[in-house]
Amino acid sequence: MAKVAAVTGNEAVANALRQVNPDVCAAYPITPQTEMMQRFASFVSDGKVKTELILVESEHSAMSSCVGASAAGGRVITATSSQGLALMWEILFIASGTRLPIVMPVVNRALSAPLNIHGDHSDAMGARDTGWIQLWSENAQEAYDNTVQAFRIAEHMDIRLPVMICMDGFIISHSISRIEYLEDEEVRNFVGEFRQLNPLLNIEHPVSYGPLILQDYYMEYRKAQDEVASKVSRIAMEVANDFANLSGRKYGLFETYRLDDAEIGIIILNSAAGTSKDVIDEFRGKGIKAGLLKPRLFRPFPYKEIGEALKHLKAVCVLDRADAFGGSFGPVFLDIATSLYPFQNKPVLINKIYGLGGRDYLPDHAASVLNELIQIAETGTVKRYKEYIGVRE
Amino acid sequence: MKLKSWKELNPGAVITDAGNAKEFKTGSWRSFKPVWIEENCIQCLFCWLYCPDMAIKVKDGKRAEFDYDFCKGCGICALECPGKKGNKAIIMVEEGK
Repeated sequence: MAKVAAVTGNEAVANALRQVNPDVCAAYPITPQTEMMQRFASFVSDGKVKTELILVESEHSAMSSCVGASAAGGRVITATSSQGLALMWEILFIASGTRLPIVMPVVNRALSAPLNIHGDHSDAMGARDTGWIQLWSENAQEAYDNTVQAFRIAEHMDIRLPVMICMDGFIISHSISRIEYLEDEEVRNFVGEFRQLNPLLNIEHPVSYGPLILQDYYMEYRKAQDEVASKVSRIAMEVANDFANLSGRKYGLFETYRLDDAEIGIIILNSAAGTSKDVIDEFRGKGIKAGLLKPRLFRPFPYKEIGEALKHLKAVCVLDRADAFGGSFGPVFLDIATSLYPFQNKPVLINKIYGLGGRDYLPDHAASVLNELIQIAETGTVKRYKEYIGVRE
Repeated sequence: MKLKSWKELNPGAVITDAGNAKEFKTGSWRSFKPVWIEENCIQCLFCWLYCPDMAIKVKDGKRAEFDYDFCKGCGICALECPGKKGNKAIIMVEEGK
């Protein structure tokens, strides 16, 4: 039976990791992830897990140790935030290119400079094209559930790719909320025994990792990796269906909220989706057909499915908690625009940048976005395609 | 060697056949080629000892021909060769000349 508890997001995910009982964890502390690995380190010290905990001197070393331990044939985890993820960047590509199923919760935090420790999505968005799978989580429950599912997706023999589980720093990582834990045994059975693929430590069959691949083969390996990415949606849904049977909680590639008959819509990731849903309910109460789409599997991005889900709308605002500098749009906007590109009839799209560096996203922000969308849907005219909201002029 | 399609590759470029470096012939990297002059050879086997690429063949304990499939032309053998009476048993010749 499920155990209900009031815990922080960090504690919830630390418990998912405890229940999985991985072979190796190499981690370095960074706000706001610190509490998660601190709790996991306590599980190691208290003998609650049999994990080999490697205390390293930086996140670059943390990810490098994970790569080595995963190639050796272990089930491997780490966790990070912000600058830590940025410091891992070089090795992130090595983990995915070497097809190592490492699982890493990322507690989203702004990037420096200016220095800021609070929640925004700049860190994980900077790593969105590293070949890692990304699952995004609205609240502690979703972060816990995504973490449990991440192992099955990462370790699937058709996939073998690393997975990041993203959740908002402080807003989720440090807020206490109600969550339902699965039983330890249920999680253990769900993730199953770790299956090795060409482990380095199998001395009966010596293998080499990390060869130099030149002009004659590099592109073939990249094509193979792209092909694997195209299978992730299907596997993620298989895992989500099994998880629904176990927990009663259903997950898709993305969540839609009152979207089927909607005329205007908001696309938003993670914790701000909750606030937006409340405001959408208010607008629905006034007879306005508003809806929401919240991506969950952000990498690989399910372009086809998301395009199909949005094409009937009249006006859509993509809210980004990160900006893609360079005179362009926010990262979620870029992908939503791409997903709608193939359709003849599609909604007018606008982009708002909100909540950077942990700036509060308030119901008023969602309301003003929806009011603007009503105007656009009626008139078809857009004043500004991209705009910062909740910012002082 | 026929090049494989992307569908035939091991995940993550992992090499699962031990010792398969011998299938990758590196002799084409060479711009200078060592040439053995047998009459100046005293069979000291320094060349075999110093060669970083096992490109000196030895037969019945005696120096045999170079393995040009793998010799990269580094010239270490020619440098170390003591020769006989001041005449080297290995000299480097530019490829294609």
